[in-house]
Amino acid sequence: MATREISGKTVQINDEGFMTNPGEWDQDIAGEIAQEEGIPELTPQHWVVIDFCRQSASKTGLAPTLRAITNGSGVSTKELFALFPKGPAKKVARISGLGKPEGCV
Amino acid sequence: MDTNGERKVAFICSKGNLDMAYPALVMGWAAIGNGIDVTIFFTFWGLDMITKDRVDHLELAPVANTSMKMSMMGVDTGNLGIPNIMGVLPGMTAFATKLMKGKMEKLEVPPVREYLQMLVDAGAKLYACKMTVDMMGLKKEDFVDGVIDIVTAGDFMDMTENSQVIFI
Repeated sequence: MATREISGKTVQINDEGFMTNPGEWDQDIAGEIAQEEGIPELTPQHWVVIDFCRQSASKTGLAPTLRAITNGSGVSTKELFALFPKGPAKKVARISGLGKPEGCV
Repeated sequence: MDTNGERKVAFICSKGNLDMAYPALVMGWAAIGNGIDVTIFFTFWGLDMITKDRVDHLELAPVANTSMKMSMMGVDTGNLGIPNIMGVLPGMTAFATKLMKGKMEKLEVPPVREYLQMLVDAGAKLYACKMTVDMMGLKKEDFVDGVIDIVTAGDFMDMTENSQVIFI
């Protein structure tokens, strides 16, 4: 298993760069990955999405799909795509320290 | 295919059957969720997918559909197909449609109207085919919100330059 350093901590990642141990994640890591993904600053509305994903994954073990996020967090599709431009599917999962979302909706 | 790093995918939807409505919606949603530009062009029967009066009534017919098996109706008969003679009975199309919609709902797949709205909200561009619109006597007001315009085949070619095109 590969590792990398993010915001001063060494974390485990898979071939596609997704963190494999959600327990190694923290808010500083989220902020740094967000910057890598082209989001300069995480606003409270970003955190609504990230917190929802973390909670959902803690129950199911999987990163939620986009529809699960909009249905569960109250953030609309339009808003989700504005918060995480150029494709929220992988971005949200990466920033939340979760694996690639499985499922098609 | 790749121009200035932006990948683009265009779908041509030419069918109005319920089962043929989903491929573009599912793949389009996967594409746009991963930052790929999505354009969908509706032509011929595919216009049913965006017509206000039709979108909630797309159907699946068991006649001449060799993939529909008796076992899908809960009868444990292995590979035995639904006999065409049964498929022509009144109510069979409605029954098959209800069956499929039920299975989709269990998988939390949204209905076509909602799926289209999700795509539009995410930034997908929807267009109707001018020739079919003229042939069927439709107007822009007949279409669901989010359909940008009625365009010609030539317009579609212009707007999908450097796109990967998928015909359904």
